[in-house]
Amino acid sequence: MSQKVLLNATAINIILHRLACQLIENHKDFSNTVLIGLQPRGKYLANRLAEMLKTEYNIKNLQLGHLDITFYRDDFRRGDKIHEANTTEINFIVEDKKVVFIDDVLYTGRSIRAALTAIQSFGRPNEIELLTLIDRRFSRHLPIQPNYRGRQVDAINEEKVKVNWKENEGEDAVYLINS
Amino acid sequence: MSELSVNHLLGIKYLQEKDIQLIFETADHFKEVINRPIKKVPSLRDITIANLFFENSTRTKLSFELAEKRLSADVINFSAGQSSVKKGETLIDTVNNILSMKVDMVVMRHPNPGASVFLSKHVSANIINAGDGAHEHPTQALLDSYSIRERLGDVAGKNVVIVGDILHSRVALSNIYALKLQGANVMVCGPKTLLPKHIDKLGVKVETNLLKALQWCDVANMLRVQNERMEISYFPSTREYTQQFGVNKALLDSLDKEITIMHPGPINRGVEITSDVADSKQAIILDQVQNGVAVRMAVIYLLASKIKQ
Repeated sequence: MSQKVLLNATAINIILHRLACQLIENHKDFSNTVLIGLQPRGKYLANRLAEMLKTEYNIKNLQLGHLDITFYRDDFRRGDKIHEANTTEINFIVEDKKVVFIDDVLYTGRSIRAALTAIQSFGRPNEIELLTLIDRRFSRHLPIQPNYRGRQVDAINEEKVKVNWKENEGEDAVYLINS
Repeated sequence: MSELSVNHLLGIKYLQEKDIQLIFETADHFKEVINRPIKKVPSLRDITIANLFFENSTRTKLSFELAEKRLSADVINFSAGQSSVKKGETLIDTVNNILSMKVDMVVMRHPNPGASVFLSKHVSANIINAGDGAHEHPTQALLDSYSIRERLGDVAGKNVVIVGDILHSRVALSNIYALKLQGANVMVCGPKTLLPKHIDKLGVKVETNLLKALQWCDVANMLRVQNERMEISYFPSTREYTQQFGVNKALLDSLDKEITIMHPGPINRGVEITSDVADSKQAIILDQVQNGVAVRMAVIYLLASKIKQ
């Protein structure tokens, strides 16, 4: 197995600031916008962006939630892997809101498809956008594209893109792993 | 996610402690789901479940059906009273006919102990025992333990007394297995005639004095007197039973602590417990009902994950 660093901590920090600024350009004071981190790994990116927007860009009353999509996946009973459910925390109304889905890696698009179904259980958003740190180009199974992307990566299917966060892996880094 | 160690839920006796924890963790997620504005998930949209009730049931049947529908399963219902069972058809024939309709899972209540075990050996579908005679009622025991965990934080180390008709109760046996497996201390309390001989061999304390039992416990699980299962009289009168084994507010107030009151339903108000107890904050009877749907969703979901395409 070999691995290559795609992004180090400094590069990630620069990208997070750029993504935060892009969100502010489109959502102003976030009074009608909510951020939803997709479980399990999108929540770290969502938490980090929300914290940055609050402390460094002075956004008040930012609403952040976490959405688990396990029960909405289209691969239940297909394959050996059993997906572990995570916590959903959405303590606000999404009806008529602009919702920004946040995930670390956009690959086949199936997780986002599941998230689009899952969020309907909480109401009908006015608009849904997608923000991802890594966009794996050329690997989509569904017609889904991000509105905000940190870095576009061309990787073959045997390769894995792994995003590490200080909060759970002790470092901020993105690796391309060839197994 | 780890998976259940069993392919059927025939009784708590067949489960391991880690199975119960997995069911509870999964139920936690489903409890959140059933409190959403839209309470349905699409996980089981390609699964068909048959609810075979060879014995009357209201709440268990409703709870299973709701759980199945909230998981998007297709559901067919069967009641023995309106079926060919009355014409002499055997259990295997009845079930095989239903399975020919491409049913993936069977939820069965049957008056005979061991009926679900028997069925699991003869059909390929996953079986969930929804009560077999006076033997086991595993999902009731799971939801009871789940409700205790929710109210008291943990089941391990808690003192739980099961009060009433232990002899005829499938809830009691499943509860004893489930509570013991999770490390609770269990006592049974009731008239001597309604306590099975050698029940202490299951590792439970036995008490015939309700006040002493309540002084000992953190949780009292009050069972219904199952008159329909009694061929002879086990106590002189309902009035006398209530005086000795009924819980009322005055009795609870006389204790130096607040205990949690449970009841699997249906309640005979004024017999096992009085209305002021059933409707008090100490009672978690309606929580049990709500938790029943989440726990059954978890059991069905986890068993369905074993049905490969």
